[in-house]
Amino acid sequence: MNTAIKDTRADKVFKVFIFLFLTAALMVVLYPLIYIVSASISNPAAVNSGKMWLWPVDVTFEGYKMIFQNDDIWRGYLNTIFYTALGTLINLGVTIPAAYALARKDFYGRSFFTGMFVLTMFFSGGLIPTYLVVKSLGLIDTIWAMVLPNAAAVWNIIIARVFFQATIPKGLEEAAIIDGASNFKMFMKIILPLSAPIIAVMALFYGVGHWNGYFNALIYLSDKEMYPLQLVLREILVLQEMSSQNTNITGSMAEAMHSKQQLAAIIKYGVMIVSTLPIIIAYPFLQRYFVKGVMIGSLKG
Amino acid sequence: MASDTATSPTKNEEPIHDSKQMKQTNAGLKQQKPPKKRKNRKILQNWQLYIFVLPAFLYFFIFHYIPMYGVQIAFKDFIPTLGIFGSEWVGFEHFTRFFDSYYFWDLITNTLGISVYELVVGFPLPIILALALNEAKDGLYKRTVQTVTYAPHFISVVVMAGMIIAFLSPATGMVNHFLQFLGFEPIAFMSDPAWFKTVYVLSGVWQSTGWGTIIYLAALAGVDPQHHEAAIVDGASRFQRIWHINIPAIVPTIVILLIMNVGNIMAMGFEKILLLQNPLNLESSNVIATFVYQAGLLDAQYSFAAAVGLFNAVINAILLIAVNQIAKKTSETSLW
Repeated sequence: MNTAIKDTRADKVFKVFIFLFLTAALMVVLYPLIYIVSASISNPAAVNSGKMWLWPVDVTFEGYKMIFQNDDIWRGYLNTIFYTALGTLINLGVTIPAAYALARKDFYGRSFFTGMFVLTMFFSGGLIPTYLVVKSLGLIDTIWAMVLPNAAAVWNIIIARVFFQATIPKGLEEAAIIDGASNFKMFMKIILPLSAPIIAVMALFYGVGHWNGYFNALIYLSDKEMYPLQLVLREILVLQEMSSQNTNITGSMAEAMHSKQQLAAIIKYGVMIVSTLPIIIAYPFLQRYFVKGVMIGSLKG
Repeated sequence: MASDTATSPTKNEEPIHDSKQMKQTNAGLKQQKPPKKRKNRKILQNWQLYIFVLPAFLYFFIFHYIPMYGVQIAFKDFIPTLGIFGSEWVGFEHFTRFFDSYYFWDLITNTLGISVYELVVGFPLPIILALALNEAKDGLYKRTVQTVTYAPHFISVVVMAGMIIAFLSPATGMVNHFLQFLGFEPIAFMSDPAWFKTVYVLSGVWQSTGWGTIIYLAALAGVDPQHHEAAIVDGASRFQRIWHINIPAIVPTIVILLIMNVGNIMAMGFEKILLLQNPLNLESSNVIATFVYQAGLLDAQYSFAAAVGLFNAVINAILLIAVNQIAKKTSETSLW
């Protein structure tokens, strides 16, 4: 949008406004994030009294030490890794082949299947009937309740279908069929190697969904041993319960109670970071894939 | 790989021959051929594609269509041992019980209040931010703003609720420290019903405004630069160019997103509301969706909860269709 013609004065003022607006947006989003990081490694007393407001005060790693000693968090972490890996694999196994078939113009019934899938975006049985189905299938309190009721998302199938329609050259399939390759063989040997970008985008979308989801676990799991990280977090952050079994209280009871209360505050900030860590680490590298996924979706949407 | 390509011609020689022959013999007949036969051949030839969609078909059938069939329990007195089919019909009994209940209007006002508030505040902001980002020169600063403002989208709803509760705590929260610094009294945001909707909406704005710009930025990237060049020559200011070129360019996107948002108005971020809800703010935080969860899954009144859920879904569908019709008439953009 930069041109040879010089900006007028009004335009210059306008540009300054834009700059200020963007800076305000940046600050508003960034500040709470910095605050969490600083609070998680500051002296709890300083955090609770408001002395710590941007940078860490009296750096301490007590909070993280407590987090790493907490069995619930560890177990939740491992459970979540497992659910995310298994769930995402199932998601890809369901989404990619279906999206490919629906992208094929010579697939008789593609509009029927597309319609059937898309309809569920607008109409659903609702929470209770869905719960009853999961229950009657005997999935309650099994790992399958964590991965099957969300085995696919319509929106993601649409995005993947648009990708296949746009990127696989038409002649390729015809050539493969004339060469006598079956659809199955062609998919494995030709289509899949070409679809690395869409597989990556889909794995990210579904993976983040599994990592961050809590509601399925809340309604389908009652066994604490199976709780994913987000449900453990819910107890610590929202229900304000931190199991004391691992905290090894020493010294006089009153003193311990007080310091425990103080520590609870920074533990909360610490678990926010620990639980989001994989996404924080991956985010800068993968941001453009996420954005790409949204853009593909917007073509059709 | 190499051996594969080397052997494949010999291996596939016959099929090629075959299909060529078929083509030759069929060439003349092709046009008169009844469509049904062609259809059958298409199905036979691509039978493996049905296996490709089978998992997705089963998934949507089991987890979406069977529950739709199960919605009938809203009109029955569902008893688990009798099953959906065996339970007795009761007509609209559950619906009338819901309409006559003392909490009916509370639920309606809270549900609509939160959604409309969210729509009015949350919908325009991504558009404004996207227009501003589009004016900024490509470079490190723009990329930084984008990277940072997109980031909260990836924060889980549980962590988000935890942040809200921690930041708004009357004694130890960052927001109240700031209020005290300015000389105000601390506010107990989470236990004051008057604050609930604002807390919900503004935290949502913080989390999703940046991410919401992506779709508009994509639309803005499609604006032909020649329009801008011509407008500059004609002496249009930056603001005029945004108003007359950029905004009209994204109107279709805005309309589509608006329709989808209104279509979801009764089904807003219920997972977050459930986490932020507590007995003290229930008066303004109890929405239909959380009520369905409470009545159906915690109190096991399956039929009653399903009826309330169905009522919600029907209102939603009516709204979606109505808004789509209005959009079709006024802007020629619609979902269908």
